[in-house]
Amino acid sequence: MGLTAVAALSIVAVVVVVMGVIVAGAWDVLSWEFLTGVPREGMTEGGIFPAIVGTALLVMIMSVAGVPVGTVTAIYLSEYASVSSVLGRGIRFAVNTLAGVPAIVFGLFGLGFFVQFVGSGMDQLISGGAELKWAQPNILWASMTMALLTLPVVIVSVEEAMKTVPQDLRAASLALGATKWQTIWKIVLPNSMTGILTGGILAVSRGAGEVAPILFTGAAYFLPHLPGSLADQFMELGYHVYIMSTQSTNVDATKGIQYATTLVLLLLTFLLNFSAMFFRSRIRARQRS
Amino acid sequence: MNTEQTPPGRHGLTVRMTGPAAKPAPPPSGDAPASSRLRKEDLKKRFRWDEFLAEKLITAVAFASLATIALIFVFVFREAFPIFFPEEQQETVVVQEKEETYGEEYLGSGTAALVQGKERLQSVESAGSEGEASLENLLSVTWQPVSGDPKYGVIPLVIGSLKVTFLSIGIAAPVAILAALFISSFAPKWSREILKPAIEILAGFPSVVIGFFALVTMASFLQDLFGYQYRLNAFVGGVAMSLAVIPIVFTVAEDALAAVPHYMTEASLALGATRWQTALFVRLPAATPGVFAAVLLGFGRAFGETMIVLMATGNAALISLSFLEPVRTMSATIGAEMAEVVFGDTHYTVLFLLGSILFIFTFTLNAVAEVFIRQRLLKRFRGA
Repeated sequence: MGLTAVAALSIVAVVVVVMGVIVAGAWDVLSWEFLTGVPREGMTEGGIFPAIVGTALLVMIMSVAGVPVGTVTAIYLSEYASVSSVLGRGIRFAVNTLAGVPAIVFGLFGLGFFVQFVGSGMDQLISGGAELKWAQPNILWASMTMALLTLPVVIVSVEEAMKTVPQDLRAASLALGATKWQTIWKIVLPNSMTGILTGGILAVSRGAGEVAPILFTGAAYFLPHLPGSLADQFMELGYHVYIMSTQSTNVDATKGIQYATTLVLLLLTFLLNFSAMFFRSRIRARQRS
Repeated sequence: MNTEQTPPGRHGLTVRMTGPAAKPAPPPSGDAPASSRLRKEDLKKRFRWDEFLAEKLITAVAFASLATIALIFVFVFREAFPIFFPEEQQETVVVQEKEETYGEEYLGSGTAALVQGKERLQSVESAGSEGEASLENLLSVTWQPVSGDPKYGVIPLVIGSLKVTFLSIGIAAPVAILAALFISSFAPKWSREILKPAIEILAGFPSVVIGFFALVTMASFLQDLFGYQYRLNAFVGGVAMSLAVIPIVFTVAEDALAAVPHYMTEASLALGATRWQTALFVRLPAATPGVFAAVLLGFGRAFGETMIVLMATGNAALISLSFLEPVRTMSATIGAEMAEVVFGDTHYTVLFLLGSILFIFTFTLNAVAEVFIRQRLLKRFRGA
């Protein structure tokens, strides 16, 4: 019995130690200037503002692309698909499968499909192949790749929330003469807003943390200016930590910045996860009542 | 009651005389005027354009989701397919106009020209000596894709992945299962409030953070502790990976243990078994399918994980029995080399082949795990 307690305790201890080490390493470097400044002196000084902006832009475009599609798919699964429908079962199977695909395979797909295939197709259309603009890694392709990665999360969250809307509510609405779409639009969806929000937050949290898909679909280590268009590359927090700790020319001088960037990423993830948990507990509470 | 149809408004609800509850008694035939007799068509669902469009659009978007997901699988496998049909690929090799966009403005245009020149040279080289990704080459024990005679032996990569995965499961599975046992059988109420959030926090760590921690802190700590030669090796990678795997195994195992029917526990305790005996010999065996599924899911996650191994394993494609030497996993290989590969050539195809293997592997593991979980659920509902 003591053994199980030791196991449980060691997990808690590990979490505390990891957080403690990162906070300790980041303590001297973290400041308002760090969050709002740009990198200087070959990355050994300055701030990570471009990386924060890049990460924010990435998740914003990703959400715009992914959350509506995921929500509509969840509406289909929850309201329109019968239990035996082929499309419904196919989507559920595909979503379950997609949820288990390693993140790096998404990166492969993003590179091979979005960058090379769609991108060069767009270049052919726009300039007849003369100008190489879209067939390169950029923030658009990275966001689309991330949207695919987080699509299962959104679909599952929204469907879960829509299931908690009581059938009586739908039946009452239909009995009063509303059509199916009116019921969905005015009754079911407004009551599922919390679930849609949760799904979006979880997707953003995953999108901000995963680095593997954006390794070669758009992230860059040093850019002199912020991304101005969808065809630009971008800096990103997780990617920054990765490159800086493995490939920078002066690993020791940038140690503090590495720790601080990691801490910023960690705090961002925690904030998002906790708010998602908060909303999810509200959904469960409503389900129980 | 008015049997005429009130015209429905464009928005808002309207009371319509449809449905059996609203149907009045049929008027005596022949007496009532034709306009107030209830027609069969009035009882059918009335066609509305907005309803029709809404349903079709939603179905279309759902279908598009499915199509896109299917596209991922199809595309990854399709790009790996040329492995089996080696052909002359000189014409697809050259993309010399591809500029190095990042770093160019920083380094200046002179360096960019140098980089472009180097690319041209590389592509000429590889055009001349296309290493064939024949079965013999793929099953060789050397991974050296960027060289005069490219070797695409995937064996070291597979062994690297397996080493790190087995080690991480070896650490994470016992710890997580024991912790799940703790929470489900022994834990006082207050400790649950600490342990569960801790696991959630651990689950929320991005893998790049775990990799970073392993790279800068854990590697040195372990090397000081055990005194081995290589700072980054399979051992460090495995220990770091276990941090990422523990939450998965814990969550599913705890779920499985909680689903064990209460009467089993109570019967065992009533017969005089201690709590420990009950937990180990009654609850845990009863939860075996779920626990097994938990381990499988953790295995799948560890096999496909990229960032942790990319940062903590040393990235050397060696084969050795020792865990204290650097390894290179399949996922790390894709991550490290994809950026420098030329679209369409053999190296590109082999990397997609690695991706396909990863995908098939994790898919199979997840499918098997789901079978076990569902079996358990079905048994529970049937009352077994």
